[in-house]
Parts: sequence; C-alpha cells; structure tokens
Amino acid sequence: MRFSEAWLREWVDPPLDTQALTDQLSLSGLEVDAVEPAAPAFSGVVVGHVQSVAPHPDAEKLRVCQVDLGDGEPIGIVCGAANVAAGQRVPVATVGARLPGDFKIKRAKLRGVESNGMICSASELGLAESSAGILVLPADAPVGEDFRAFLALDDHCIELDLTPDRADCLSVAGVARDVGVLNRVAVREPRIEPVPAGSDDRVDVTLAAPAACPRYLCRVLRGIDPRAPTPLWMQERLRRSGLRPISVAVDVTNYVLLELGQPMHAFDLAKLDGGIEVRMARDGEELALLNGDTARLRADSLVIADAKRAVALAGIMGGADSAVGDATRDLLLESAFFAPAAISGKARSYGLHTDSSHRFERGVDPTRCVLAMERATALLQGIAGGTAGPVVAAVSEPDLPLPPTLHLRRARIAQVLGLAFDDAAVTDILSRLGMTLTAVGDGWQVTPPPARFDVQLEVDVIAELGRVHGYDRIPVTHARSAAATRAPLEMAYDPQRSRRLLLDRGYYEAVTYSFVSPELQRLVDPDAAPLALANPLSAELSVMRTSLWTGLLQALRQNLARQQTRVRLFESGLRFRQAGAELMQEPMLAGAIVGPVLPEQWGAVGADADLFDLKADVEALLAAAGCAGEVAWTAAAHPALHPGQSARIERAGKPVGWLGSIHPSLAAALDLPVSVQLFELDTSALSGAPRPAFAPLSKFPSIRRDLAIVVDRTVTFARIEDSVRSAAGDLLRELVLFDIYVGEKVDSSRKSIALGLILQATSQTLTDDEVAAVTARVLDALRADVNAQLRT
Amino acid sequence: MSPGSPPSLDQLRSEALTSVAAAVDLAALDRTRVDYLGKSGRLTAQLKALGALPPAERPAAGAAINQVKVELQQALDARKAALEQALLAERLAGERVDVTLPGRGQHIGAAHPVTRTLERIEQLFANAGFNVEEGPEVEDDYHNFEALNIPAHHPARAMHDTFYFPDGRLLRTHTSPVQIRVMEQREPPFRVIAPGRVYRCDSDLTHTPMFHQVEGFLVDEQATFADLKGVLYDFLRNFFEDDALKLRFRPSYFPFTEPSAEVDVQCVKCGGAGCRVCKQSGWLEVLGCGMIHPAVLGHVNIDPERWLGYAFGMGVERLAMLRYGIDDIRLYFENDLRFLRQFG
Repeated sequence: MRFSEAWLREWVDPPLDTQALTDQLSLSGLEVDAVEPAAPAFSGVVVGHVQSVAPHPDAEKLRVCQVDLGDGEPIGIVCGAANVAAGQRVPVATVGARLPGDFKIKRAKLRGVESNGMICSASELGLAESSAGILVLPADAPVGEDFRAFLALDDHCIELDLTPDRADCLSVAGVARDVGVLNRVAVREPRIEPVPAGSDDRVDVTLAAPAACPRYLCRVLRGIDPRAPTPLWMQERLRRSGLRPISVAVDVTNYVLLELGQPMHAFDLAKLDGGIEVRMARDGEELALLNGDTARLRADSLVIADAKRAVALAGIMGGADSAVGDATRDLLLESAFFAPAAISGKARSYGLHTDSSHRFERGVDPTRCVLAMERATALLQGIAGGTAGPVVAAVSEPDLPLPPTLHLRRARIAQVLGLAFDDAAVTDILSRLGMTLTAVGDGWQVTPPPARFDVQLEVDVIAELGRVHGYDRIPVTHARSAAATRAPLEMAYDPQRSRRLLLDRGYYEAVTYSFVSPELQRLVDPDAAPLALANPLSAELSVMRTSLWTGLLQALRQNLARQQTRVRLFESGLRFRQAGAELMQEPMLAGAIVGPVLPEQWGAVGADADLFDLKADVEALLAAAGCAGEVAWTAAAHPALHPGQSARIERAGKPVGWLGSIHPSLAAALDLPVSVQLFELDTSALSGAPRPAFAPLSKFPSIRRDLAIVVDRTVTFARIEDSVRSAAGDLLRELVLFDIYVGEKVDSSRKSIALGLILQATSQTLTDDEVAAVTARVLDALRADVNAQLRT
Repeated sequence: MSPGSPPSLDQLRSEALTSVAAAVDLAALDRTRVDYLGKSGRLTAQLKALGALPPAERPAAGAAINQVKVELQQALDARKAALEQALLAERLAGERVDVTLPGRGQHIGAAHPVTRTLERIEQLFANAGFNVEEGPEVEDDYHNFEALNIPAHHPARAMHDTFYFPDGRLLRTHTSPVQIRVMEQREPPFRVIAPGRVYRCDSDLTHTPMFHQVEGFLVDEQATFADLKGVLYDFLRNFFEDDALKLRFRPSYFPFTEPSAEVDVQCVKCGGAGCRVCKQSGWLEVLGCGMIHPAVLGHVNIDPERWLGYAFGMGVERLAMLRYGIDDIRLYFENDLRFLRQFG
C-alpha cells in the first residue's frame, strides 16, 4: 500500500512530522517500507501562460513562444514540443532553475533565437517515466505560482508493507482511522453525497452464487465524455500511490479503491448483453482478460457474466471484450462484495495478482459498496459528465458476513499481555477502533467493525489493546516456569562432542544443501531412488540427498580447484532415504578428507592420509560416543567406495555407517584424486552405549609377551584378535599390534604379524609358568584358527 | 695449627688446594683426590706415618692431618660441584632450540559459523531451562501450515515460497512445525527450542533456498507477553553481549501467534546512529514472536483457557552475519576453506 502523506493528512492530521508519523506507523504494526519525496528536488519552476506560439525562423521543429509568468511581461521561450499551443498553462523552468539531475537552466540561443527558460514535460520534472510532450496544466492554474506549491509536490509517498491481516489499511481511509486512534485525533471523512438517478437506466443482477457474492451493486452511467482528462490533482494522487493514469473511468475506480478500499470495475455497457449474473464459471469456459491472456476457467471460480458469457473474473480482473475503451461513452459501474473464501488463491491459480484480488482475498468491508458507488459516480460525473441510473443492488442478507460478538474478559487482558488495563482505557481504545462495546459482568461484549476481518476472537481484541497501547509500554518480566528441565541422557549421542572432536582433529565443518543434482546423486548412490522436488529452483538442486557425501565431495572439489591441497570436511545433517513406502530422515555425520595426514610443516613427512588415518578419526568418534568396543568393521562393497578398501561399520549386527577410499571410477567422474577418504555414520545408532562401569584396579604387576607370527595374507586382523582373545581369556589386559611385515624374509603369500600381549591377574602376580601356559594356548589357537606359524 | 706441626703437612695442604683449584675437569680433579686421599695418597701416607710418632704427639698430629683432610675433601666437593655445574651449563647451551619455530602436529579446524551460532543460541536457551527438540525436514502440509492456523489459500502461504514434492509433502518452510510435533506428543508445561534447517524456494543476493532457524516456545499455566519480552531481552542481550542493548517490539502478524511482534535490536554495528547494515534506520530486525494462537493449541488438544504460551523464531544466518560481520549470505553454503578458517 502506497499513498501520499498529504492525502492522508487531508483525512487526519496529527501534530507529528513525517519521520514521527512514519515511525509511529511502523511501531503500531503498519510497517513503513519506504518514505520517498513525491517529486525529486527542483526549483525555479513556475506556472506560465502561453500567450502566443510562432514558428521558429530557422528550425522546422522548434517554436517560439511568448510566455507570461505572471508579471505581465511575457518572455520568449523556444520550445520543441509538438503539443504546445497558445492559451495553455504550463510549467516553466525559469532562467536559474535547477531541474532533477542537477540540470541548470540558462539563457540560451537556439538556432539564433533567444530562449529565456524551458517549458517542461512531466518526465523532465521527475513526475513521469516518459512524456509525449510538455505538461499541460488546468486552465485555472494560477499564472506565476511556484509549480511545486501549485501541485503540492513537497509531499511524501509512504509505502506500507502490510501484513495479510490488515487489509483494512489498504486504503487512505483505513490508514487514517488507525492514525486517528493512535493520536486520539478526529478523522475527517470527505462528504460523500448520494448522486440522484437522472434516468431509469438499469441492468438487472442475479446472484447465482450468493455465498461467494452476497452483495453486488451496479449502476449505469450513460453519455460520459471519454476524452475528458483526469484532473491533475487526481493524476498526482494516483501517481504518488504508484498507479499510472489511464483513462477517466479507470482512474476514478482506482482512486476510489485507494481512497475507500473498495475495488470497483467499469464495464463498457454497450459490450454487455442483457443482465448481470454473478455465478460460478463453467469448467473450461474461456475468458479473454484485460491483460491480454485468455483464461480457461474452472468451476471453482466466480465470474461476472452477462446473458451470454463471462465478462469478468470476479474480484480479480475484468474481461477484454467488455473493457472500457477510448470511445466508451456508456458505463456499467460495479461495486460488490466477494467473500474472501471465494477469492483466496484463485488469482494465484490463474497466475494473476491484482490490487482488487489482493484486497478481496484478505477481506473488504462489505458495507462500503454503496458509499464507493456514490463516490465514483460523483467523481465521474464531475469530470466527464453523463447521466446516472439508479444504483441496482442485489443482496443476499444471510450470506453477508456478520462481525462476531466477542466476550472480552477484563482479567484475560492481563493474563495475556502481563499488563492490566483500566476500563476507561479499554473502552477508549476499542471504540476509537470502531468497535462497539457493551459492559457485562467480567468485561465487555465487543463487536469489531465490518472491515476488521482479523478480529475474530477475544485474543484478537486483546492484541489490539496491546498494539494501540504500545508494545514498548508492556513491561519486561521474568516468570518462573513450572516446566521441568529435561536434560539429555548421559549416554545419548552428543553431536556437539563429535563436532568438537573432529574440529580438534583438523576438520572444517561444512554445511551443504540438502538437495543436490541428480547426476551427482546417481554417481554417489546409484542404487537409491532419491526424493525429487516438484518445483526445484534448478536441476542442480532438485533431489534430496541420500548421503552427505554428495555435498562434501562437491565442496572438496571446489576447494581443490581453489588451490587448497589438504582438505578435511565434515557435515552433520539429515539424509533422505526411501525404505519401502516410508521416507527415512536420518541424522548423519559424514567426513571427506584428501591430502597429507598433517598440514605441511617442518619435521614431518608429507604422506597423504589413507584409510587408516581416517579410521582413527572414526574410531575416536565411536570412542567418544562410548561404543568403540561394540563396533565391527566388515569388508563390504559400496558403489562410492574402492571395493578393496571399504568397510561397513556395524553395531550389534546393525549397519551404522561406511568408511573407505573413494572408488577410482567415482574419483575420475568427479575429477578428484583417488586418495579421497570418506566416512558416514548414522548418529541415531550411536546412542545408548553402556555407561562406564568401575572395575577394581589390579595391585599386581603386568607382564608383556611379544609374539611374531606368520599367516596367510588373506587372514584379517579381526580373526587373529578373536583367536588371541578367546585363547588368552581374562588374563589378557591388552593386545597390541605393533608391526605388520610383508617382504623378502616372508613367503610371498604370507605376512608377519607382531603382537604384544599384556597379561595381568587381579589376585596374584603371574608366575613364569602361568605366562608360558597362556602364551602356549594363544599360539595353539592361532595355529588352529588361522594357520599361524611362530616366526623364528 | 700448632707451631710445632711439621712443615711438610702445611706444604702438602697448600699444594693439594692449589691442585684442586687447578683441576680443569672432573678427571683431573679425581686424580688430585687420588693423589692426596687415595689409598696410597700423600695425605693418607701421613696418617699411616702417625704410628712412628711418640704416643703423646699422635693425637695432635692426627688431628692436624684430619683437619687438612676435611678441608681438602670440602675443596674437592666444591670444585666438583662447580665443574659439574659448568658442564651442565655447557651441555644445556648446546641443547638450545629455536622456540619461535611453529609447533608440530595436527592443526585445529573450525566450526561453520552457522553451527557456531546455533550452539551459542542453544546454550543460552539451555541456561534458561529450554530443551532442544528436532523434527523432520520433509514435512506434511498439516504440520507446516494447517495446524499452525495457515489453511490452504491463506495469504501467508504466498509469503513462504514452499518447495513441494509430487505427493504433496513439502520441505518445511520454518521450524514451527516442531512446536506442533512436541505439543502432540507431550503434556504441558514445556519449554522447548527447535533448531534446524528450513527451506524456501527463493535464491538471490539476500536469500538462499536453505537456511537455519531456531524456534522457541513455552506453554504454561501462566505466560504473558511481558514474560516473552523478558526471555527475549535476556537472550538478545546475552547473545550480543551488551547488557544495555535496546530492543523494539513492533506489532506484526503470524497466523500462529496473537498478539504477534517483530523484534528489532538497536543496530549492533553503528549503535543506532544509522549505517549501511541497518539501512540508516538504527534498528535491525532479528526475530518474530508472539503469544501462541488459541487455534494452534486447539489443534493439539491443549485447552487454551488453561494453558497459555509464547513462541519465537529467529534466522540463524542473520544473527551470525550481525555477530561476525559476514556480508554475503551465499558464502555460508560455498564451504570455501578460506571462509571457514575464519571461524576457528
């Protein structure tokens, strides 16, 4: 909603300057988006009277005008506009004037003829985007008057960004009412007298869909002058409200819309066939609209129809066939109430949004139709003449919205706002807002005015009290809450702990989009069917990720392209995976690294991180969650991972994640090095690890025995470990793997494994015999289980 | 020393002390020790020679020799300590390192500024007794709109620019659906904050299609707009670490709260004087809030006569931008290490 400050002040004029007024509007919930001068700065422009126009002796397109500036001594001005004519009143930039764009007017000779100023077009004065010629002022414009004063250009355009509930402020009248309430000053409504009918000309109206349109007024206005210019004052108000003057009929209906908030429409009466029927559209019915489109209507859409066809999309846009044109002399004016429910969403469904639909879908005062009709008739007649018929009103009383009667409890006001109001304040604020109040025992019965569709409940009335009183005057209090504090469980997965751990291990945290490109998604997780958006912003962001690796790999690649050589990123967030009919939204923690184990530094080797460097990080994450001991690593294939260097991570037999080196094909497809290492954990599966349980410390020394064994290369460490642990029993405190050797001194199909067994008993010092017995058991088991030989 | 003492002892003492003082290293010193105090040392020899003296002279002579012996031993010890000290000093001097060299090992990484900000917000509300809850990001229309008093065709829907899936589900446009999910599952009273990702079909200089919000709400038998102001005053002053930070509550509209407000803080960049960040207004809009609408409580079968509540929601990217001076929202999701490193 955009309007002129001067126009508003004509309705209500509180003792506030522009800044204070607009601050007040913002702080009362009518947010001021912009305050702009009504015209750019210029000076030295006065109203002139063109006394004569003569051709320029040397230039075909120029004219030499004698212009009176009010002092009786006409001056010569050379003018290039085709529309200049003797007798006109025009804006004249005098010598010394400064026009917008810091354009200074000097005395000049144009093809040998002296020019003492410039006759201005609207665009030269910053009043229009473009102009076809000079601006011609009304014949009664006072010659010699400063042009800014004449048009009251020292005004501001105020732009409100209204919330959808405040449709009542989509008019000067509505804003004026709020300003009046806030400042406790009277609102001066213009006198709008009924225009008596000068004929019996009428068009009958049938309400075929009374719930959607319970009130429809129309009126014939015959014989207007279609060429009558819209008065400059009205053009200016429209312009300052962001509307372009078009033709008198359109300008007047727009003016009434801005002034009173009632959208109106003018039909070319000659193009209508028979009476008006307000009905639902027939499915597939076509309507050529004013904007040039043709809408294929649906049965859920309300239309205005004549005897033959739909002529307007009710409350949204008129039809092209019945539109008012340059030659239209006979009008049918419409002023109606369309129910918000009937209009809501309809404009959007046809790809439209108009000033009219904007208001009707939010709610227009159903009692204003008559006033608006009289206003429009009077304005039109005053400008363009014509004979008005009677106002034809079709009304379905039971379908008209009735403002609710609300029970406002005195005590409830303080319960909601935390501030008690005395009765006088309540009645003062609410009655100024146009609400009617009746005192009852514990409060009031309140009926909001018909324009306030947003006041439907007691709490809405309380909100109005708070708003008008001022939110800043509501105290700041600290209440105790009865709500218990619910702390996270001790062994619940702690995302902050994990994040900190990774940060401390040199990772940077990434946040990537949850929607990714289908190509990338297919490369990383070809077996999944990702959930696709119906209305993505772009193909690049169109399917929901089934793994966090998609975004991380992309970020890795972008960073490598920016000359980074060592990148370690992690992200936590949901992945979206279809499991049968169900969509699983699982919280994941994933990481991707590439480059050296350590940042480049002195005294360290620059080897690239491999799977086991990454595994240490993942093991640390699992240890921090308390479930390191419950996790198994199983060699398994994942399409994104190197088939020989990937592990499925399982906890209690349930997969909880993956770890591995990137699949060389994926690396090639993404133009990434093959040394990229990846992990992903389902963090919901990491909760509920056993709480630490104390075990007594042994008082007896531990003993270490080292074993070097040779096994087939295919034997996994997990099997060796199982074998050692089950053979050693509970005397084994710790098993250390301290070397793996393949090479010259070992058969090419075998590898040498060096193990340290740390043994300790809780009740005694182990004897040499006991240690020897355990070691022998372990060796026996290793021989039996994994065909191990003691290395000699 | 008695006048009758043999000159050889005196001489011996003097020679020995000179030799101790002259020892340049521990080996030389040890040689001196052996020379005089060893089994066949010269002072030892004098002790052995005592037997040859008349018995009456022995005690005095013995005492004299012992005195020299003690004195010599002390000199040896002192010299030894001095030599050792010098040796240590020399060794340590050789072990000097350049302490200005950088440390070795892993460098620390950095949290994403959005997460860093989220953690702070969570911490501040945890201190105030709020519990963290999360909800799904692929939501249904009911939880994202309907239950929040935003029926189909409500004009507020147009402001949300929703991403839809073909089956009618959607990406949540705000974290408010978590309000509904918590209230469906639990009995009041409760105090909850719900941080998370939200999505809107909008991308330009100042919008990204994904961003983060924190929703907070409280439902209790007593809860007022004044209490809501109290919670937000505390939070924003703590967040910006300014106990005198000015706040402004402007009436606004959200379908799920009534009364509703938008909250501005005095510009944290210019202190309210007007600058580029606050578009010369001196104020920055940072969150929306209000008293939970009775219809919302009604949707989850909480009696709005008995229970009152308030709710608030804030954009995390915006708060992080204000806190850290980030001037381009798109940087958040580019994950450029040069950007991320700044938040370590």
